[in-house]
Amino acid sequence: MSFLESLLIWPDRPAPSLLVLFVILLPFLYVAREPMQVLLRRLARALANPLRLGAHWLADAASRMQARNREVLLANGTRDVRLTIEREFERVTTLVQRDLEGYPALQRRLMDEITRIEEDYRRSGEVPPPPPEWVKAVDAVAKIRASGDGVVEHILSEIRDSIDSIYRKVLAEYRGAYQQRHHILKRVLPFWRACAQTLVQVERNINGLHASADKIDRNVDRLEGILANRKDTESVLTASATTQFLVSGLVMLIAAGGAYVNFKLIALPMSAMVGGGDYVTATLRASEVAALVIILFEALMGLFLMETLRFTSLFPLGNITERMRRWLMWVSLAILLVLAGVEVALAVMRDQIVAADVALKQALVDGSVVVPENGWVTRIPTFGQMILGFTLPFALAFVAIPLEYFVHSSRAVGGALMVLLMRAGAFLLRLGANLCREAGRLAVVFYDVLIFAPLAIERWVQKARKQAPSAPKERPMHGFGKTSARTEEAL
Amino acid sequence: MNLRVLLWPALLMLAAALAGCGPNTSQRQAVYVLIDTSGTYAKEVAKARAVVNYVLGTLEPGDALAVARVKSRSFSEKDIVAKVTLSTDPLQANAQKRTFSEQIDKFAKTTEVKSGSRYTDITGGLIQAAEFLAETGAGQRTVVIFSDMQEDLDNGAVRDFPIKLDGIRIVALNVTKLDADNVDPRRYLGRLEWWEKRTRSAGAADWRVVNDMEHLDRIFARRG
Repeated sequence: MSFLESLLIWPDRPAPSLLVLFVILLPFLYVAREPMQVLLRRLARALANPLRLGAHWLADAASRMQARNREVLLANGTRDVRLTIEREFERVTTLVQRDLEGYPALQRRLMDEITRIEEDYRRSGEVPPPPPEWVKAVDAVAKIRASGDGVVEHILSEIRDSIDSIYRKVLAEYRGAYQQRHHILKRVLPFWRACAQTLVQVERNINGLHASADKIDRNVDRLEGILANRKDTESVLTASATTQFLVSGLVMLIAAGGAYVNFKLIALPMSAMVGGGDYVTATLRASEVAALVIILFEALMGLFLMETLRFTSLFPLGNITERMRRWLMWVSLAILLVLAGVEVALAVMRDQIVAADVALKQALVDGSVVVPENGWVTRIPTFGQMILGFTLPFALAFVAIPLEYFVHSSRAVGGALMVLLMRAGAFLLRLGANLCREAGRLAVVFYDVLIFAPLAIERWVQKARKQAPSAPKERPMHGFGKTSARTEEAL
Repeated sequence: MNLRVLLWPALLMLAAALAGCGPNTSQRQAVYVLIDTSGTYAKEVAKARAVVNYVLGTLEPGDALAVARVKSRSFSEKDIVAKVTLSTDPLQANAQKRTFSEQIDKFAKTTEVKSGSRYTDITGGLIQAAEFLAETGAGQRTVVIFSDMQEDLDNGAVRDFPIKLDGIRIVALNVTKLDADNVDPRRYLGRLEWWEKRTRSAGAADWRVVNDMEHLDRIFARRG
């Protein structure tokens, strides 16, 4: 028999029993109305207040974190823009140094070419026409009429022949001179081209300088915006950080896929080096851990390589000398090369292990001996594995670049996400506090509903007393009086 | 912050490297195959050879395997036909498996032509198997009994005492029905029940009866 059943007057009839019990309890409930209501209100307040405090704390913390995020975001933005400007200035400096160093030589070359062109132009000048005396003599001879005198005609014919021959000679000389001039002009053509190319190069350099200058201007504007604490700068930087976070995350996922392929390539042959039957945990083999370590080392060496090549700046390498940096770079590259070589060897071994395993299983099934084919086609997978084994470590090295972006942008994105979560938490706590408070009020009203009968009697008695003229002064009674209203207001 | 981010992979690698230093032998597997060569069951030895070859195919470097015969008195190292602890090098392990398979082939051929033993001492073989498996130090220990499970001891053999098979998995394979079982199947079922009770009370981790040789993969499914 349960406790509830033991309370029942008629255990087989719970409803009437409960009703009778309720009627018995009703006077007690009426008498205890005020303390019970105070208790319910205080209980609700005891629950709501910590929740409200928590909500306040979370909201404050979110505000503080947002301010801190903003500072970090602006600091990161400032650093990035400064770095970009520095790099752009370096580029401009290199460009200017290279071109300005080359400009005297370029000018000398241009002057030489122009002088040569001028000389050639002068040499290709027009050949003076034959003197006018010749023309006059020819005119005079032409005016002599044919008189029929044989001697005169003979003389004239001789003169004509001489003139013809002289004319042909002069014409030939004239043509030769023109040909020579054409040759000279033809020789000038490459110089013109060289001039044009030099000038195009100069134009390109100038354009490059212009582009760099524009870029620097834009970045300086951005930097000014950041330093001036402009409102739009923050949203631009946050959007930029989110984009960087997503893009770098995607690139790192792709890299993780490559690392997984690499892992699968070397995990099996690593069992020949570290023992195939050794387990680190219930499911993790030692050979798999070793393969993972090799891949992580490759990634680490790639990280160092990218760092020393100044592609990334994850480590504080500013305090090491240039010589040390170069030394580190060569060491990283050498280790990476060695690891790539190891992977090539492992790829070959993997192929052997797989082939031996297949042959053994075949022999165990039907006792036949599988003779492997030695054609070049059958070796394509091996070569493929070797090439993959060699290239994947170097491909993994480039993960350092997206990793840097991921690390830098994750601070901003994570911070923004944290603020969002804290604000959501504050909202939920506030909601909880309000619900508790309202639940307390509801409980008070429900209590009154439960004891509605005595309360109705009370109201009726009060009304009757008011109506009676000789009625004594009204005695304050608890119920719907001022005390109750006050406490409700207080809640 | 950057250094902190890079510290995690470094620590992970260090932990992995340290963890990889010592081999964890508890994950190794050791299998002891008992082949009944008594009476008419001796003709089933060809099937046993296929099972041993299958087990060989599932074993990995570092695992151990032994094959022993069950005859009139089986508690003896002399009854171990072949045993091997595979090398951790996969290529060497492969060669060992090949050699082992050849040894089993020879054993099967000689057993087929010989007449079977008069009595069947399965308990003796089990005690011998438990000893061998304990010595291997393997984490997963399995005894495969290739027999009709009808124990028939000679007069002098004493086997009615509690045996110890702590943590060993027992698999009864190809438990053929005898003529008497066909007359009264309760004999067969009772026999299997008796063996199950005996092995479990001896501390065996599991007891299984498999007559369908097509599903050996379910028995020798790899750990993990």
